[in-house]
Amino acid sequence: MIPEIGHFALIIAFCLAFVQTLVPLLGAQTHTAQWMAVAKPAARGQLLFIAISYACLTYSFIIDDFSVLYVANNSNTALPLHYKVSAVWGAHEGSLLLWVLMLGIWTVAVTVFSSSLPRDMVARVLGVMGFVSVGFLLFTLLTSNPFERIFPTPAEGRDLNPLLQDPGLVIHPPMLYMGYVGFSVAFAFAIAALLGGKLDSIWARWSRPWVISAWVSLTIGITLGSWWAYHELGWGGWWFWDPVENASFMPWLVGTALVHSLAVTDKRSSLKNWTVLLAILAFSLSLLGTFLVRSGVLVSVHAFATDPARGLYILIFLAVVVGGSLILYAIRAPYIKSSGQFEIFSRETALLINNVLLLVATLTILVGTLYPLFVSALNLPSLSVGKPYFDLVFSALTLPLVLVVGIGPFMRWKSTPINQVSKRLLKIAAIGLAIGLVLPVMVAGRNTILVTLGAALGAWSIMSAVYYLFKNIRLTEHGTHILHRIRKIPHAIWGMSVAHLGVGVFVLGVTFVSAFEQVRELPMQVGQEAELSGYLFRFDGVRDVQGPNYFSKQASVRVSKNGEPVALLLPEKRTYLVQQNPMTEAGIDSGFLRDVYVALGEQIDDRTWGMRLYYKPFVQWIWLGAMLMAAGGVLAASDRRYRLKLKRRRKAEAQDFHEQQVTAVS
Amino acid sequence: MIFTVVLLVGLSCAVALALYAMRQNIMLFHTPSEVVTGEVPGNRLFRLGGLVVAGSVIKADDGLTTDFGLTDLNQSITVRYTGLLPDLFREGQGIVAQGVLNEEGVFVAQEVLAKHDENYMPPEVAASLKEYRDSLPGSMAEYGYEAP
Repeated sequence: MIPEIGHFALIIAFCLAFVQTLVPLLGAQTHTAQWMAVAKPAARGQLLFIAISYACLTYSFIIDDFSVLYVANNSNTALPLHYKVSAVWGAHEGSLLLWVLMLGIWTVAVTVFSSSLPRDMVARVLGVMGFVSVGFLLFTLLTSNPFERIFPTPAEGRDLNPLLQDPGLVIHPPMLYMGYVGFSVAFAFAIAALLGGKLDSIWARWSRPWVISAWVSLTIGITLGSWWAYHELGWGGWWFWDPVENASFMPWLVGTALVHSLAVTDKRSSLKNWTVLLAILAFSLSLLGTFLVRSGVLVSVHAFATDPARGLYILIFLAVVVGGSLILYAIRAPYIKSSGQFEIFSRETALLINNVLLLVATLTILVGTLYPLFVSALNLPSLSVGKPYFDLVFSALTLPLVLVVGIGPFMRWKSTPINQVSKRLLKIAAIGLAIGLVLPVMVAGRNTILVTLGAALGAWSIMSAVYYLFKNIRLTEHGTHILHRIRKIPHAIWGMSVAHLGVGVFVLGVTFVSAFEQVRELPMQVGQEAELSGYLFRFDGVRDVQGPNYFSKQASVRVSKNGEPVALLLPEKRTYLVQQNPMTEAGIDSGFLRDVYVALGEQIDDRTWGMRLYYKPFVQWIWLGAMLMAAGGVLAASDRRYRLKLKRRRKAEAQDFHEQQVTAVS
Repeated sequence: MIFTVVLLVGLSCAVALALYAMRQNIMLFHTPSEVVTGEVPGNRLFRLGGLVVAGSVIKADDGLTTDFGLTDLNQSITVRYTGLLPDLFREGQGIVAQGVLNEEGVFVAQEVLAKHDENYMPPEVAASLKEYRDSLPGSMAEYGYEAP
């Protein structure tokens, strides 16, 4: 009964989404107030019924209702409760339900925080979001119904994919989806602005916190995925350029560009066309990401659906959304006037360079990801584009980007006297270069040109961010207490500095771990010792461990350095009872400056096991840097100028004036 | 104006970079039959896919080097890999290896990929098997192979 209620609620949600699309959009076009007013209640009602549907599916998981096909395929009585709850999004059907739930939440958030916007704008935004929802709900109902029953009811479920039974992976998909779906808000705003023909900087100011929030979620989602791969796959890697990883990374890159170009449109009213295009692209790539992952077109660990009907549906939907919005853009874009002019040395140009580099990076990744697909579609010999391509292309584009990250904040809007800025920045650059030369020698006792470059750029962007903050503190309300001045600094400035600091931390981490990591693969006998980068690994043996739904071989490896004990690592090889897949759980001792990492291989004889040992300097900085970027986003989105009602815009303008002054004094 | 120039310069750099990197880093996929008939140029990194021949897996004394046969049901090639094999590597399974062919005709793999799903067959491997599967007397399971 419960699953049927869920199914029925989903159908009602679909009907409401349909109403939410059609009536307000027509109302906005014909200026009919009553029709426009339908948007809000329809959106809220839709969320209510999706939530009911979602709750029904979760309930079926909790009570082990294996008469529901989806539950039978993805759960088991022995599965711990928290994994039962997260198993709802463990495969295709449920994750779609999560997608529409997220979309519903974002839509209702828009209805709550849009009281200061013009009525027709709100109606159009909600209408466009309703349209996206219609597409996904119809897809779920027609091709991927999570409430389908099976008869006879199996006595036991087939269990959740063991790969997904990890705390990191419990939160990874929802965060990722929050980000993907969040870009739909910016998309809806862009389309609404194009439809209404009114594109002013209020539109940009309005979209900014939404875009930043979506971007933060996506950042956290991707970081968690990378962190999970590092822990769970036993290969010690943190990014594989797997097509599905790329699928989530491309919207992130375009989203990052969008965050920056919105700043230009908001503050200076220029680059409007470009910003609108980026908003369309960011969401299109989110849809493409969903398409690539869900259709099973790409071969990957993540691709669990391989039904051609689904692929076809998403392809058509994608064509309608992306094609439709690009056509609308092509018709309307020539009429959008950008007012602000700027010169070559200006903050606008710096942000523009940032945008171009990010977009170009996205394009090269898109080419590398889709090229093998095109080739196989043309029946040419099958080929693959591997990690070296992406490593080369991406680092070649990222290094100049990091250079601009350090310069941008010091540039003034409109035009910057270059010699004023350059004196200070050259000093920072010189110190950065010195750090680039010395730090690698301190870390690993050697250095190369590429490592110097990476370390110098990392240090450069950290120092420039810190210096920018410092300068702001110094220039705020002279003569007052330092803590008071720190509190007075707008969150936007904190946010930008923290995020740019994160970029530097990330670059340092990537540089050091890829240049100086050490790995040893060897067979180890019980009692044997092995040395790696000054750490001594002693293998004490393997014991059997019984988990709730798996049994495991757990090795015990004692790590010491210069005779001092460092850590006891317990790498495991798990075999899950139902799916019988062996899974590696690495034993890791994480530190601020290095990780030591042990993965257990196969058993060679009674007393000997294959072992993989890693020494990974600065690897935690990769995720630390990414989390700092996310924290910066949270700070920036919480800036008070976004919370001001339009009536009180004067205050916000005063704040703009403050920022202008701060940059002017530099 | 600035906008268009920056964009065009950026785009052309991207195209040049992508083409250069592609030329260096594309890996073709080949089947054991193609290797045996000499269609594969030597000294080039490529991907070899097929089924691990039952009973062919031999561990060397160092405990790390593994030799195994890889077949497309028509021809088979010896693959040598030094290092820990992936969790799901086993006889009869469809895998893809990445490496170079040495002078003795042994494929020296730098990487062995087996996916995290016991029922998974790499699509290139599945496609290459189609050709010879029907000529096999008896079912694939009789020979210890997993069907795609």
